[in-house]
Amino acid sequence: MSKILNVSSSPHLRHSDTTQGIMLDVVIALVPAAIFGCVVFGWRAALVLAVCIASCFIFEFLWNIILKKQQSAFDLSAIVTGLLLGMNLPSTIPLWMAVVGSFVAIVIVKQLFGGIGHNFANPAMTARIVLMVSFPVAMTSYIEPFTVDAVSSATPLAALYGDAASAVTVKDAFFGIQGGCIGETSAFLLIIGGLYLVLRRVINPIIPVCFIGTVALASLIAGQNVGLCVLSGGLMLGAIYMATDYTTSPTTNLGKAIFGICCGLITFIIRNFGALPEGVSYSILLMNILTPYINRLTTRKPFGYVKVKEGK
Amino acid sequence: MQKKEKILKAKGKALMGTFLPHLKGTAEFETVVMPSVAEVILPFSQHIGAPAKPVVEEGQQVFVGTLVAEADGFVSAPVHSSVSGTVKKVNKDSVVIESDGNMTPDESLAPFEVNTPQDLAEAASKCGLVGLGGAGFPTKVKLSIKEGTVIDTLIINAAECEPYITSDYRECMENYDDVINGIYLIKDVLNIPNAIICVESNKEAAIKKLYEIATDVRDTDDSVKLMRLQSKYPQGAEKVIIYSATGRKVPAGKLPSDVGCIVMNITSIATLYRFIKTGMPLVQKRITVDGTAVSDPKNVIVPIGTPIKEVLSFVGVDDDYSEIIMGGPMMGVDVVSAEAPIEKRNNAITVMKNALPETTTACIRCGRCANTCPMKLYPAKVDSAISFSLYDNLNSLNVNYCMECGCCSYVCPAKRPLTQTMRLAKSILRRKK
Repeated sequence: MSKILNVSSSPHLRHSDTTQGIMLDVVIALVPAAIFGCVVFGWRAALVLAVCIASCFIFEFLWNIILKKQQSAFDLSAIVTGLLLGMNLPSTIPLWMAVVGSFVAIVIVKQLFGGIGHNFANPAMTARIVLMVSFPVAMTSYIEPFTVDAVSSATPLAALYGDAASAVTVKDAFFGIQGGCIGETSAFLLIIGGLYLVLRRVINPIIPVCFIGTVALASLIAGQNVGLCVLSGGLMLGAIYMATDYTTSPTTNLGKAIFGICCGLITFIIRNFGALPEGVSYSILLMNILTPYINRLTTRKPFGYVKVKEGK
Repeated sequence: MQKKEKILKAKGKALMGTFLPHLKGTAEFETVVMPSVAEVILPFSQHIGAPAKPVVEEGQQVFVGTLVAEADGFVSAPVHSSVSGTVKKVNKDSVVIESDGNMTPDESLAPFEVNTPQDLAEAASKCGLVGLGGAGFPTKVKLSIKEGTVIDTLIINAAECEPYITSDYRECMENYDDVINGIYLIKDVLNIPNAIICVESNKEAAIKKLYEIATDVRDTDDSVKLMRLQSKYPQGAEKVIIYSATGRKVPAGKLPSDVGCIVMNITSIATLYRFIKTGMPLVQKRITVDGTAVSDPKNVIVPIGTPIKEVLSFVGVDDDYSEIIMGGPMMGVDVVSAEAPIEKRNNAITVMKNALPETTTACIRCGRCANTCPMKLYPAKVDSAISFSLYDNLNSLNVNYCMECGCCSYVCPAKRPLTQTMRLAKSILRRKK
């Protein structure tokens, strides 16, 4: 009996979590809010989401084929990017713009920097910013809930920081009966999804808690309507699903706290003193760029660390 | 009647580590003694340090406990015959002994008198004792305390944090007297003021049993305590258990004695006591035979040197096994052939059915490896430094702190072989020097 044994390096046990499984969890967490968006904004919203998901997947698939790389399209990360991007767009957006956004997200932000794990900024969010800057009118043509006409209306956030009086109550904002992007309106469902991710240990709650907490505290000090500041706009979607992107957020808990608090402060500053009504995506992008420095600042000393003399 | 306050809680901050499945299915089974074997192979190097030097010739008759190879230097340990019979062959690295099936003990073996710390180190040396938790560090070296070093805490390691393994647990359930006597003997001879028995919380029966030690009549000044540790891997690692038990951190490159601690595995203590009582050195070992390919797992007492295949055919494994691990699944080493013998430091043979999946994805930088590392290292950064050949960075990433516990590979969702990469990084650094 001379059996050829398998010989490998320890450990010989592995946790059941996979890259694909984590991405699937994120999709599961996002789906309720996405479906709610489709209910509120109609079939056009569903079409935008479908176009974003499909085009992200196709761009990722083709990129790997053209560059003869290991096929990574099936790890579902492109699906997550597509879903997030779609949820960040208004339902009235021309479909070709959604495709342009997908191209920016997958090809420019993700793959040109080396694919999954190497992008310096969140692909979906950067694509949203590119579209916002390129097509500001199309990107802010929100429709009222449960209407089909593309009548652009001011979001509660614009009303909050502008002159117009807001007709949206905190309760409406919490359950998502408000104008806005497809996936960002229902704070309630986004929080449920976030709790799912925390329970599944996919994300660490530090960043969202610090992010949202800082915005809440700052608006409380400034004497604004805390409920509306927190529940409207892209804060929930950004803080729970985009700021927690593994690749572009710090590793350590301290780093995560710094990241979250800074995101919250920048959001508050842009919303109040900037020319733009919304600052969540810009604050995350800025902090994404600072992430390597936060990581360097918060590097932990190993257990039982002894300083080694230089020049040895 | 129970004095509850004697069960302590861990002093150090919670271990990073990871929660593993316990898989301790053999815990409540009585240990089975393996019948005599035809032939044993006794390697000279069953410990950390210099290999032992053979002192027997081919054809010579030996008995159970006869010295076959003596320690070669300070950090080394002798090897004793585990069967009675004749020396069949003296190889470069091992002795093969053909058993006569009688298991006759050597007549010259006699109980050992221990009065001073020197006696104790001598006993550990004569016994051929090595760290039985898996490291195989000669116990003599551990017990030879340097002049001027003050040891104030004896830590008894009964954590047994690896999945599957229950041999220490069975030792403490079955040979309770040896454990208790051993602890008091070592504590008294070395004059150590405190003893802490550390057990993971998943072994309630052992905690109950060991509680009797902590409340024994001999413990007049309330100096032996029991500590319940979180069942988290790698709780039993030396530096980790010292930190958990006392809150002290062993600095890099230092020994436990530098922070006033001696850590001993519970089976090592019982074995040392048995040697002092009977004179019989370390010739047999309780090992847990378990794994996905073992349908009837159990603990067996086997003579050291028994070929693994004999143990497997005694316990019975499924035909489609593909991997034999010496030790537990987290830190165990794969054997190339089932002909290899059981060594002193083995506490388990884990037989697995299916190979691990080979497909890895790129690192998604989730940070799980860094957040699980008990030494607070950054395995993903080391992985990336290696893949870009940035070998100069390895030193600043402190790869030499790694104890290869395997947590990083275990948690990695991208299934990257991070522990293997850490080993590679360490060997690159060694070669650079």
